[in-house]
Amino acid sequence: MIQYIIRRSLYALPLLLGVNILTFVLFFVVNSPDDMARMQLGQKHVTEQAIVNWKRQHGYDKPLLWNAEQSGVKKISETIFYRKSIGLFLFDFGTSDSGRNIGADIKQRMWPSLALALPSLLVGLLVNITVALMMVLFRNTYLEFGSIVLCVILMSISSLFYIIGGQFLIGKLLKLVPISGYDTGLEAIKFLVLPVLISVVAGVGSGARWYRTLFLEEVEKDYVRTARAKGLSEPQVLFKHVLKNAMIPILTGVVVILPLLFMGSLIMESFFSIPGLGSYTIDAINRQDFAIVRSMVFLGSALYIFGLLLTDISYTLVDPRVRLS
Amino acid sequence: MIVLWTDALLFILVLMLLILGVYMSRKAHMRRPLRKIGRSKTGMAALVVLLFFLLIGLLDSLHFKDNGEVISVLDYLARPLQENSEKTYSAPFAAYLYSKETITQADGSTRWGYPRLRYGGAHLQDPEREKSGDIAAKGLVGFAKGAGLMLLFMLLLWSFFKDRHRHLLAHGSTRAVLTTLFLLVSGFYTLVYLSSYYHVLGTDKVGEDVFYQAIKSVRTGLVIGSLTTMIMLPLAILFGIMAGFFRGWVDDVIQYVYTTLNSIPSVLLIAASILMVQVYMANHPEEFNSLLVRADMRLLFLCLILGVTSWTGLCRMLRAETLKLREMEYVLAAQALGVTRSMILFRHILPNVMHIVLISVVLDFSSLVLAEAVLSYINIGVDPTTYSWGNMINGARLEMARDPIVWWSLAASFVFMFSLVLAANLFADSVRNAFDPRRAEHG
Repeated sequence: MIQYIIRRSLYALPLLLGVNILTFVLFFVVNSPDDMARMQLGQKHVTEQAIVNWKRQHGYDKPLLWNAEQSGVKKISETIFYRKSIGLFLFDFGTSDSGRNIGADIKQRMWPSLALALPSLLVGLLVNITVALMMVLFRNTYLEFGSIVLCVILMSISSLFYIIGGQFLIGKLLKLVPISGYDTGLEAIKFLVLPVLISVVAGVGSGARWYRTLFLEEVEKDYVRTARAKGLSEPQVLFKHVLKNAMIPILTGVVVILPLLFMGSLIMESFFSIPGLGSYTIDAINRQDFAIVRSMVFLGSALYIFGLLLTDISYTLVDPRVRLS
Repeated sequence: MIVLWTDALLFILVLMLLILGVYMSRKAHMRRPLRKIGRSKTGMAALVVLLFFLLIGLLDSLHFKDNGEVISVLDYLARPLQENSEKTYSAPFAAYLYSKETITQADGSTRWGYPRLRYGGAHLQDPEREKSGDIAAKGLVGFAKGAGLMLLFMLLLWSFFKDRHRHLLAHGSTRAVLTTLFLLVSGFYTLVYLSSYYHVLGTDKVGEDVFYQAIKSVRTGLVIGSLTTMIMLPLAILFGIMAGFFRGWVDDVIQYVYTTLNSIPSVLLIAASILMVQVYMANHPEEFNSLLVRADMRLLFLCLILGVTSWTGLCRMLRAETLKLREMEYVLAAQALGVTRSMILFRHILPNVMHIVLISVVLDFSSLVLAEAVLSYINIGVDPTTYSWGNMINGARLEMARDPIVWWSLAASFVFMFSLVLAANLFADSVRNAFDPRRAEHG
């Protein structure tokens, strides 16, 4: 088991390297550091000296991938790519182009993101699974047909409208909760209720439909027929047997996204002005701060790969048929 | 006649779809699922709505030069709408502006009030008294014209089909199609008729007709939804089948590529690339001289990058399916007979994974249209000058805070986007029901 984990972690290295090279190439092949400097400095007519200064200050004054002037290992190490990447692998994100410490920002901003994403995930899961089980319980009735139609309708509405509608109805008309903002400690709850509610409602259409197909597939299996034959009632069959056996695919889906919860939701956070990592990224995109966007991409992929590893491990814990070799 | 990149690609796509349709209707094993789609009432009704949107999109994709400016056929048809712009906001069917200003009256004196609109309801003498009656009358006339047109068309259809294809007319899905067509054409005609007298969906901040904006946005939604699939399909099919069929190092490399791409959060990848394009365009203004070309390039690039991020899912599915197929008896038999690998891939593997491709294409379409709106909202979608539902929502966001609120831009984009996505979802469901072998067994 431990061997397996170590091997899988080593396998993550080439993936992360690939991600790193890809984002690096994306950013720098078309934009030279000169362009970046000009953009950050803001004016169209900046002096050459200002650009040189900016580049030196932010470490962009070296060649991109290959330093022909140096010798030996320094040919690779004295480049922007090496300098800007090696820190990422050690989770030292350096400073942003506007001069702030990215690592400190991330540490501070991941808590609001978690506070929003974790309840959204849990409540959403609970609601989706309950609705899906109800649909399976009442299968082949008008109730099921109606809820499928409702699910398709809910799915066809853009998440933007859920947010705008929710803010307008609950925040502005009913004045139950503040429309947007954030506070520290327990005070934050009143700001979080609405975004959590909206993300649950926005996800219920596609979520419930997805779990319904999972359950339906399970319902047709032999052991379910056996359970019915021995006289269990339909709800008992569903909640005791089907739910338990459908847990495996559900788990796979959930565990992968667990680590990504740190990153928060870009749209929710920016709409509700919650100072999490999602809004941090959007701000960086709008300010065209390459260092932050690149760090977030790296962090995101590292977490995703970590999630995949977690999924595989959790598989063995739940399903005795799976053996890791 | 001016052909933009996305125009050309869109028309090629339609052509390809037609060829695919003809090809599939000739193959016996494909005809069964196609007939199943044909029998589904909601599926066919949704298809009619989709085709209607496609028609609007195609009309908007035929660009030509008129008096020095590039316009599309749709612009030409909607010319009065485009030109009849007001000063600023006005509500749907309003005859007065939404905000007060100083009006100079006929006798030279001034007063503070809501001025009359330049175009909306301009033919009325006394809007407050005449308006509702006039709207009802004009609406009725428009509806009668549209309905008459449709009735004529149906009569033609009936006289043509009544003898030889009677069973077709009696079929439930034919009736569903005709009903949808009737409602759609007469409803749309009514709106178009009314819109030459009123701003049926109001005007926005700079006084542009919202109905016109919403219709122009159809093309953007369609382009994103369809071109992205067209870009992602070849990648997914080629790599998926190759990884499954050749295995070994080919499989390893392809798996590495798609895991790497998959592990980057797609929104961030899209953001990064769009940022890059923006900077590139800012640094090379000479290549992107006209606003239209600029916006078009950005749209095309958005499709490209969305395609690059979204081929991985389908690729993985195709790989798994090919792994299964290559051990099938008929493939082994073909190998034993000495059929070349490329021939096996083309004749045996490809046709047998087509149903997966088809299902995932129709399923992806609606999510892409939704994604466009979200991306445009966070400024990494289409160009801000392009008409799109995402841009409309983005623009309307601050208007919600006004008092009284300006709701019509939002409502318009909601209705249009909702009907396109709903139709796509319903159609996707019937395609999946027809082509998914696991569902086919249950009838």
